[in-house]
Amino acid sequence: MSEHLLSVQDLHTSFFTERGEVKAVNGVSFNLDPGEILGIVGESGSGKSVTAYSIMRILADTGKVVGGKILFKGQDLSAWSEQQMQSFRGKNCSIIFQDPMTSLNPVFTIGNQMKEAVVLHTAKKGKEAEERVVELLELVGINEPRKRIKQYPYELSGGMRQRVMIAMALACEPDILIADEPTTALDVTIQAQILELIQGLQKKLGMAVILVTHDLGVIADMCDNIVVMYGGRICERGTAREIFYNPKHEYTKGLLRSIPNVNNMKKKLVPISGSPINMLNMPEGCAFCARCDAAMKICLKEIPEELQINHDHYASCWMNVKTLMEEGGDGI
Amino acid sequence: MSETLLEVKNLKQYFPVKAGLMKSIPLKAVDDVSFTVGRGETLGLVGESGCGKTTVGRTILRLYEPTAGEIIFDGEEVTAKNIKHMRKKMQMVFQDPYSSLDPRMTVEDIIGEPLDVHHLCANRKERREKILELMNFVGLNSEHARRYAHEFSGGQRQRIGIARALAVDPQFIVCDEPVSALDVSIQAQVINMFEELQEKLGVAYLFIAHDLLVVHHISKRIAVMYLGKIVEIADSDDLNDSPMHPYTQSLLSAVPIPDPDITRNRQRILLEGDVPSPLKMPTGCAFRTRCRYATEQCAAECPKLTDRGNGHQVACWNK
Repeated sequence: MSEHLLSVQDLHTSFFTERGEVKAVNGVSFNLDPGEILGIVGESGSGKSVTAYSIMRILADTGKVVGGKILFKGQDLSAWSEQQMQSFRGKNCSIIFQDPMTSLNPVFTIGNQMKEAVVLHTAKKGKEAEERVVELLELVGINEPRKRIKQYPYELSGGMRQRVMIAMALACEPDILIADEPTTALDVTIQAQILELIQGLQKKLGMAVILVTHDLGVIADMCDNIVVMYGGRICERGTAREIFYNPKHEYTKGLLRSIPNVNNMKKKLVPISGSPINMLNMPEGCAFCARCDAAMKICLKEIPEELQINHDHYASCWMNVKTLMEEGGDGI
Repeated sequence: MSETLLEVKNLKQYFPVKAGLMKSIPLKAVDDVSFTVGRGETLGLVGESGCGKTTVGRTILRLYEPTAGEIIFDGEEVTAKNIKHMRKKMQMVFQDPYSSLDPRMTVEDIIGEPLDVHHLCANRKERREKILELMNFVGLNSEHARRYAHEFSGGQRQRIGIARALAVDPQFIVCDEPVSALDVSIQAQVINMFEELQEKLGVAYLFIAHDLLVVHHISKRIAVMYLGKIVEIADSDDLNDSPMHPYTQSLLSAVPIPDPDITRNRQRILLEGDVPSPLKMPTGCAFRTRCRYATEQCAAECPKLTDRGNGHQVACWNK
């Protein structure tokens, strides 16, 4: 069996707050292969960003990975020291965030900040490092890079800043790029530019990308495979076409019904009732059952196991078990 | 053709920006914008951040004093003098349900404030009944009347904001990005509520948003703004099927569509560069610096909105 580039196995991440333990990520498993674009989609508080931060080990002080394994090229990251992780971040795996303004230091020039990343992770120094910075800025499509390196973040537009962030993340040509809501703060036309850039770079450099977003449109556009999260758990994972055209979890089905239908714009939306889950007060069974129209007795009590729907499609919903049993019954 | 409820004529809104010790230059946030909204109709207003769409909405309600132009509502011009009276007919729902509700007021008082301001209730009992009716109307539990805004989720807060706008029984509501701050699963609840309210009460909306799919879904007609000007205005299906202005074309092609087969098989028209600063506007057509079809004429003179049939208006020399 071939080894996955990244394999997350039964990951549990909790935040220990004054009001109790918040199980932000609760048994998440997925694999990432070289050159793949994987989308993690979910609403705010679904644990999608925390999953990404757990991989990078950049959680807030109150957060801790309490269970599960993260394997990078077969090696367990939890055994790595902080020093090893420092080289992992940047060399093997980089991350870009939603808001490029707060991720850049306002009192240093673009060139200065980018050089820091280059000097830290490669053998390049001084003039050589500066050349690399210019080269990286050219790679992400920034005009007049030699002028830009002398500028401060406030002098650049939002789209330009995100390009700088991407350039910085690519400084050591990582195997994995994690993009956490990279275009949420940007306008549509600028979003299109950035998505095109990420797609282009992914093809050129052959890296794998984990795209974390709440925007189903962006996911449909970019991703080979999709992980749908709700309440810290994975509802469903599979190829983009499987998830969009053959959803097998009630939450995914609900999400797709609640956005305007492209083929019939005037069709009435079917909202998901209720409000998002309170992570401090998780139900015993399926996290979605309080809002699910199809909820059964068992959904309240037991967490559904992940069921393989077909070759590359897995879903955790009791409805599938029910269908399977009914079909099985017919067969007998 | 529906009767016109609101008519905006050559509206201009300039903000002075300091450019030195004694000098200030005008920032043309809205520059010569004209449109109409029919009774019970939804007009969508789209554009990127900084294009002036929010300013248009706010200026209609005189939250800003317009630099020039006329706003005629129901046959009557909206002026600084009659604005209090006019706000009984026009209301607004704001984008951020967190900052648009006073944290020190109970829900009852938030919804009741417009009733008090306009003296719409004779006594306390009537006021309370009206408030409970409004809460019911927007799907809020009437037992929550004495709670504070922070005790509610984003979607529920937006419902409070909508109930407040509905309190005076308006004919027209400016909805400024009312669902952008909400989670996808909650957005549909609020959008449906806007639609149901329109069916029941016949209220007209100016629906300002940057999510083109949502705007297309809810609006009968859509106006597209770029740098303070309307570049295209048309029936919403018409606009989506056959956009004419090069900016609208690229804007629509840039919207990620939540359907892998459709979104991957279409041609994206990528725009070069960023929106120019509104303080350093290009001469002539504001879009020409990013336009594929720009000619000398575009630099010399700004095109006006002209009708190309079926009320499809476009401001472009080349289309």
